[in-house]
Amino acid sequence: MAEISRQTSQRRAGQNLGDMAMVPVRLAMGLIDAPLRWVQKTFGLGGMAAFFLLPNMLIFGIFVLLPFFINFAYSMTGGTALFLSDRSFVGSDQYARLFDCSNYLNPNTCAEDTFWTAVSNTGWFVILQVTLMIGFSLVTALILNRDLMARSFWRAVFFFPVLLSPVVVGLIWKWILQRQGLLNFGLYGFGFEPHVWLTDRNWAFAATVGVSIWAHMGFYTLIILAGLQAIPKDLYEAAEMDGTRAMRVFTRITLPLLMPNLLVVIVLVLIRAVQIFDEVYVLTGGGPGTSTLFVTQYIYETGFAAQLRNPGLAAAASILMGLVLVLLTLMQLGLSRSSEKKGARK
Amino acid sequence: MTRTRTMLAAFAVGLLTSTAAIAGDVRIMWYSDGVEGEVLKDLVDRFMKDNPDINVIIDNVSFSVVREQLPVQLEAGDGPDIARLANIKALSKHWLDLRPLVEDPAYWDTNFGDQADWMRPDGSNQISGFMTQITLTGGFANKTLFDQAGVALPGKDATWDDWAKASKQVAESQQIPFPMALDRSGHRLTAPDLSFGANYIGADGKPAPLDDGAKGFISKFIGWIEDGTMSKDIWVSAAGSTYRAGADDFINGQVAYYYSGSWQVPNFSTKIGSNFDWVATGSPCGPANCTGMPGGAGLVAIKYTKNPKDVAKVMDYLASEPIVKEFSERTLFLPAHKGVIEKGLDFKTDDAQAKAALDIFVTATTGLSDLARKLPGWAWSDTVYGALVTRVSQAAAGEMTLDEAYTRIDADIAAKVKDSAL
Repeated sequence: MAEISRQTSQRRAGQNLGDMAMVPVRLAMGLIDAPLRWVQKTFGLGGMAAFFLLPNMLIFGIFVLLPFFINFAYSMTGGTALFLSDRSFVGSDQYARLFDCSNYLNPNTCAEDTFWTAVSNTGWFVILQVTLMIGFSLVTALILNRDLMARSFWRAVFFFPVLLSPVVVGLIWKWILQRQGLLNFGLYGFGFEPHVWLTDRNWAFAATVGVSIWAHMGFYTLIILAGLQAIPKDLYEAAEMDGTRAMRVFTRITLPLLMPNLLVVIVLVLIRAVQIFDEVYVLTGGGPGTSTLFVTQYIYETGFAAQLRNPGLAAAASILMGLVLVLLTLMQLGLSRSSEKKGARK
Repeated sequence: MTRTRTMLAAFAVGLLTSTAAIAGDVRIMWYSDGVEGEVLKDLVDRFMKDNPDINVIIDNVSFSVVREQLPVQLEAGDGPDIARLANIKALSKHWLDLRPLVEDPAYWDTNFGDQADWMRPDGSNQISGFMTQITLTGGFANKTLFDQAGVALPGKDATWDDWAKASKQVAESQQIPFPMALDRSGHRLTAPDLSFGANYIGADGKPAPLDDGAKGFISKFIGWIEDGTMSKDIWVSAAGSTYRAGADDFINGQVAYYYSGSWQVPNFSTKIGSNFDWVATGSPCGPANCTGMPGGAGLVAIKYTKNPKDVAKVMDYLASEPIVKEFSERTLFLPAHKGVIEKGLDFKTDDAQAKAALDIFVTATTGLSDLARKLPGWAWSDTVYGALVTRVSQAAAGEMTLDEAYTRIDADIAAKVKDSAL
């Protein structure tokens, strides 16, 4: 009896404490209740939604939309002055300069040859990196999804490079690939002829693709792995009972059910590949010559690093690059919507 | 009422105190290549002891911060009170005229007058500051490698070809990757260009198209890169006008002859030590002359300062003869101060090689061509240097022919001139 009475008094004490804690909450609710009612009465339910979205929209407007419009305004100006108010309006001259080309496939015929070299390099980089990244990530995820010994350890090994800063990634690989780097040291040790990887055009380009895959593959592998683990096991069991070949299981069960994840990965890799800058800037600096110069580095060099900066030209190039990224994002939206519709039909 | 008054009084006292603190603050933006930051701190501490009403704050930053962020701050009418930087001509509209503020303008004109144009707008007689160090481009030879190869060091008036030939013999004998190296820099490339008779300045004071002098050395340079005489790694290791030095290759004994400048002396003294013997050689000769390229870093006062009088006092102190002498002797930098140079310096180092190298650079300052003296004060120098580096490195990488590179250099410079006129 005494025990029950003790428990009851404890419960009451807890309730009292809870009530006390709720006092400021109730007070705050009471304070905002009247203005919220007023908002709802004045602007209706739709207005309430806009009211709650306002903080987010403000942040988006100030940090995304406003810089975009300022950047666009810069792209319409010329000269070397930094502030928009000091710059002269040149209309679409900066865009005309970028597109002043007699043969777009031969950058040497363009007024801004380095821009078109960067565009061409970025195009090749995207094709190679995206294809290889998806391929390697998929294969790695398929392997890591099997019953391996020390599976968690291997997953951590593949994910580890994702945790590194791009500058660290660039430096690590520079130390490996430079003339007196680890790779040449190893080759020399085994009696092979050392090679200067980073001053050879083709090898340097291959290195940027390889290093970028090494650095980011873990992240995409993880997304694909999550997709693989979401596929119901009974489908595989049914296929096994039917004696279906492994390749057929992959093409008829795994790949179709993995497609939503793969689509996300493809678009993410694509966008990231177009934006490539940091690790390549540290690894090759855009060299040898301009063979690993990509669009983002061109924008940075033109707008910030050149002896006589040209913010207008850099802004015009970044607007063009932004348009490409918008197209890629729209593509992602379109693809995910169509796959959702297909899923709904099934 | 009494409480309100007390609060207002406290607020007023606080405001006055804080304003007084700001009024006495002099902020210096400073970058260091070596020990000069520590030396400056020591000198400034002494100044503050004698001038307790002035609080000097040193903001130690990297060279890239000065290069990329200071121009933005200056355009916004902001920034430190004093700054140390290299591109002193391009930003000269932001410098404070110290002439009415310093104690003795004649002292400044006499001792720093030769470089005054490097840091003031064209046509003005403004005193903007002074050079904390004068640098001069020049070569360094790995004497140990030459001795081991049994190749004699080319003499005082040796040409670029003489050095190339001798360095090649050394590299073949000693199995090193490259006979010669030259920094990836338009400033460095300009010294041999001038010795081959180049003139970048047109009759109207604007950049002239590349002439035969410049083309003469550039074609030789690319030929050397193609046949392995000159290090390709440094020149193709980046795109655009990014700076790359070959100092590490020289320190590691990978090149026999390295063309850089006097600022490398403290670096070599520290990092090479007794690993091998090295000598400064001055600049090799071309058909026109044997000039090097002067340059350096300047300490300038910024016109947006709230405390011009205090700034002038700090500048007077740092530019005074004993302070310039001490700064140069401790940092192993060549001074710009005429009086200090005339009276001689006792560089504070036990390294005989470094002392000998500094003496050679001091002597070489007397052999500069007129154009070499003029270029640091020419508004378009950096524009020409940037175009040279970008296109010559593309030719070195085999991306374009020499003729295409020349055309592009002229076009790039013309575009920049046009942009700056807008």
